[in-house]
Amino acid sequence: MTPSIRSKRRFFEHRIRAALGWHLLYIVASLLVLMPVLVGLSISMQPRDQIFTYPPSLFPKTLYLANYADAWRLVNMGRLLANSLWASLIVMLGKLLLGITSGYAFSHFEFKGKRFLFFAVLFTLMLPLEVRVVPLFELISQLGWANTYTGLVMPFLASATTTFLIMQHFKTIPKELKESADMDGCGPLRFLIRILLPLSGPILAGLATVNFLSMWNTYLWPLMIINADNLKTAQLGIKMLFSPAAEREWGLIMGGTITVVIPTLLIFMLSQRFFVKGIATQGIKE
Amino acid sequence: MNGSRINRFFPYLLLLPSFLILLPFLYWPTLQSFIMSVYREAPFGARKFFCGAYNYVNILSDPAYLNSLWRTLLFTALVTGVGLAISLLCAVMLNQKVRGAKLYRTFFFIPYAISPAVAASLWVFLLNPVAGFVNYLLYSLFHIQPPWLTDGFLAFVAVSMASIWKDTGFNILFYLAGLQTIPESVIEAGKIDGASPVQRFFKITVPLLSPTTFYLVVMNLIFAIFENFGIIDIMTAGGPANATNFLIYNLYRDVFINFRPGAAAAQSVILFVLIIGVTIAHFKYNGENVHYQ
Repeated sequence: MTPSIRSKRRFFEHRIRAALGWHLLYIVASLLVLMPVLVGLSISMQPRDQIFTYPPSLFPKTLYLANYADAWRLVNMGRLLANSLWASLIVMLGKLLLGITSGYAFSHFEFKGKRFLFFAVLFTLMLPLEVRVVPLFELISQLGWANTYTGLVMPFLASATTTFLIMQHFKTIPKELKESADMDGCGPLRFLIRILLPLSGPILAGLATVNFLSMWNTYLWPLMIINADNLKTAQLGIKMLFSPAAEREWGLIMGGTITVVIPTLLIFMLSQRFFVKGIATQGIKE
Repeated sequence: MNGSRINRFFPYLLLLPSFLILLPFLYWPTLQSFIMSVYREAPFGARKFFCGAYNYVNILSDPAYLNSLWRTLLFTALVTGVGLAISLLCAVMLNQKVRGAKLYRTFFFIPYAISPAVAASLWVFLLNPVAGFVNYLLYSLFHIQPPWLTDGFLAFVAVSMASIWKDTGFNILFYLAGLQTIPESVIEAGKIDGASPVQRFFKITVPLLSPTTFYLVVMNLIFAIFENFGIIDIMTAGGPANATNFLIYNLYRDVFINFRPGAAAAQSVILFVLIIGVTIAHFKYNGENVHYQ
């Protein structure tokens, strides 16, 4: 064996060992980060007496799913999940639709008061729910929308971030396209539907994911506006599992919690690329 | 003729639906917050009377409110500082050129997709003194069993840990993006000049990431002040003895438990001033940053 081959081999061995080291570190770190979810999953599949053994068992001994069924029955989980699903879908669609129309107005048209109206949309970034929650609650109650789906979703249907990002994206599409479309007699609405939207798939998917999950995860507003058990959202279901706390049934609570987080994880996994893009674009400045 | 008239109104028509939501549900209630904050409700019945700055003076001289303000600031500083430090370390770790590193990144983003209520529920179990895993570990190693959620200081720490855990994914994402904009040549130059990896990290990477860090500081301030309501409500409900009664939670209590709408409105206005301050700082810094580039 010539020295050069030997040194080459040593070089590769060194690299493989370094890579293995990194992978080991990554696996340990990933397990640590996901620990709360993994522990929750494990506990959700353990019967009561196993949860309270000492030392605690990391893994369920059998496939025990009664906790899920109990949690499902106790807080009417099917109904709660359906409520959350509807609310999130409607808010997602509303934000996209209104974001597309207003983003289009700002990206492709000149009109009187454009700067002012644009500022008026952007300024709402500084009006989070918390600074207007008291009068908003009163307004929704006066409209008779307390305890209704309408009251739950209505204040969230428009979004400055979505408008802004869609506008930014529409602006990247060459002006010449619009001009030639105008010449061909293609109306502004047809231009939007036939040309702009087909070119916006990824950004719309990203915004759809982020907007869906943000409504799915919302807690404060549903807590305030919804009283009736059959209208509550899945997030409120978690609080309901905690409240009859004479003694906490951890298996049951974790079963309910994991049930609520499964849709989040599914959506995250399926559209991970778009989700990451959706968050990342929110940070892009003008 | 007809076509151009349609075109003139078309952009307003496009904007109409958005403003039909923004005006009544965002602008009007904000304005109302300001108005309500200078009124007081009579003890019995629905009569309101003008009281000037009374609500503001009242809450700002209330030791309970000042305690809540102080704790919120402490919590915000802790979550932002520790959270960003951990996130930066994770991002540097995940930024190595190792085959398959991308897969692991996904795992680190997951907590950010999880809701505050779910995060709180998972952490309450982890930290519970009887069956929780954290105390089992601490007992086996150090023979201690901290009463996480029943001691004021520890509850504050517990809520902070859950918040940091939830927000790291967001921070790591931006730090990874920031790290990828640092040119290889700069790092190489540092290597040639004999800088150790630690020196390269503090003297090259950290300063070059400062625009990302600033953006993340702003976002984390907003997360910590506004978005952790669910974590508090499920983990501690503001307790024990108000140790985790942050501004948002205090406001919620004044609306629904103490029925003090005027005081709550004044607190909303104070939150509004806070967010305006953060936003102005953000834009100022961004403006200067662009200027010097």
